[in-house]
Amino acid sequence: MVLVALLMMGINPIFIKISFDTKELITMMDDFFTRALVAGTGVALVTGPLGCYVVWRRLAYFGDTLSHAGLLGVALALLFEVNTTLTVFAVSIFISMALLLLQSRVKLSSDALLGLLAHSALATGMVALSFMTWVRVDLMGFLFGDILAVTPFDIAIIWGGGAFVLLVLLISWHSIFSATVNIDIAQAEGMKPKQANIVLMLLMAVVIAISMKIVGVLLITSMLIFPAAIARRFATGPEQMALLAAIIGILVVFGGLFGSLHWDTPSGPSIVVAASVCFIITAIPATSIQMIKNASIEKLDSEQNEIIKK
Amino acid sequence: MIRNNSSLIRLKNAGFFRSGRWLVRGINLTVNSSEILTLIGPNGSGKSTTAKMAIGVSKPDEGTSYKRQGLKISYLPQRISIDWTLPIKVNRFINLTGRVSRKEANEALSLTGALHLENSDVKTLSGGEFQRVLMARAIACKPELIVLDEPVQGVDFKGEIAIYELIRNIRDELKCGVLLISHDLHVVMAATDRVICLNGHVCCSGTPMNVANSKEYKALFGARAVTGLALYEHGNDYQNFRDGSFQSKDQTGGAGRTSDDGHQPHIYKN
Repeated sequence: MVLVALLMMGINPIFIKISFDTKELITMMDDFFTRALVAGTGVALVTGPLGCYVVWRRLAYFGDTLSHAGLLGVALALLFEVNTTLTVFAVSIFISMALLLLQSRVKLSSDALLGLLAHSALATGMVALSFMTWVRVDLMGFLFGDILAVTPFDIAIIWGGGAFVLLVLLISWHSIFSATVNIDIAQAEGMKPKQANIVLMLLMAVVIAISMKIVGVLLITSMLIFPAAIARRFATGPEQMALLAAIIGILVVFGGLFGSLHWDTPSGPSIVVAASVCFIITAIPATSIQMIKNASIEKLDSEQNEIIKK
Repeated sequence: MIRNNSSLIRLKNAGFFRSGRWLVRGINLTVNSSEILTLIGPNGSGKSTTAKMAIGVSKPDEGTSYKRQGLKISYLPQRISIDWTLPIKVNRFINLTGRVSRKEANEALSLTGALHLENSDVKTLSGGEFQRVLMARAIACKPELIVLDEPVQGVDFKGEIAIYELIRNIRDELKCGVLLISHDLHVVMAATDRVICLNGHVCCSGTPMNVANSKEYKALFGARAVTGLALYEHGNDYQNFRDGSFQSKDQTGGAGRTSDDGHQPHIYKN
């Protein structure tokens, strides 16, 4: 309900504008803004459920590493003049493999290894870009996302890739989920958790590659974490949380994009700001709601105990 | 049932090597249907490692492990750590790796006295409550082999006996094999058909009586074994009765098994 209210706040001034302004705005909507909304919705649908796993498994830093490496992917794509999304995907896979290899070879915590990988990839990407004096790159667009850059082809990639990710996630949900709860139970009871982990890693790489243009390299992880974190407040079951995260993600994208249109702010950061606002609003009454909940549970418990005693 | 006679899992001369040393080595063990096998041993004696090798969670670095094709296992870990952000209620947890109808789940939960926990979050359960839920999960999933890793940790003495009784009832009901891990000596003895005493290798094995009276067992557990034995003798009548009834019931498959026990190697390394 709070989300809806927030969304209304974001939308209202624009609706007023549309009804009072010239057709100019409507044609603009037709052009890039609708495309941004469609693309953003596609991204949110995927990052919601997958983000739940990022939160449950504490993969936030892993996601960060992959997305930072995305800049290296951009640099390579420009250098070899190939598709950016595919290159970013390939680099993400490479980084994941490198992490697995390093984990088994080097005696450093995963944390430190991720830091090493993230920043070497980011720095290499930047250095490579600076060498290519002949290409003019909108670095800000890559770092923070740019709705102007979303083409119909990008939308096709986002929705196609997103549908693929959701399908794979749906098929392997059971095994990925049981591996998340307890890897030994999953292994003993034949759920193949090792394969599930690799599938999850690949899905992360796909999602980061496809959502880079919307929110930018530096902010992709927020699209994974925020919707899931907000959904956690309301969810009582894992599947419910995944669904809720997808819905919240869409609301946040709408809020952020309308805000960015209205106040003429960069799209990626605007989406993240909208998400933070949502998160803060839903987090504030946490203690009071929890207290009321606890009180009622205790009451129920004591009633139950009395019944048992009788 | 023909299946009853076949062994469910088997380890042959299995060893597990990690960080420059053998955690366990030269392990031979077999678990058959309708049989409770207990692994006992002090902390760090490789009980969990052995169990994990036996059910195929980890691969032995030496020797072989056999698991019957398509064997349905239910694994009950000591404890699990679930991230706070993952909301999972008991009834969803019961459905973790297989589909269980609500009715079956509720029946299983009431069997273990945990029906009132049905809608609690798994993370909020106490050690004893969690064990009851795990046990209910095992019952509801109807496995052919149940593996329990120290199921009585953090459970009081009375609850301990109840849990072992429950394990025996589950075995009788489902005719499944049970692999039980315990560092606790006396109580578990009454609830088991065969015992393997581990300390990086198989120290001794056989029926609970044989193991409890063996030199190796006393050497391994020292003073504690004496007090443990006293308690064990205390419940001896019951134990004999249980053993007798079990053997008469299972003579077909049991005969071969007892002679098998005699062949268990007694390896001394220290």
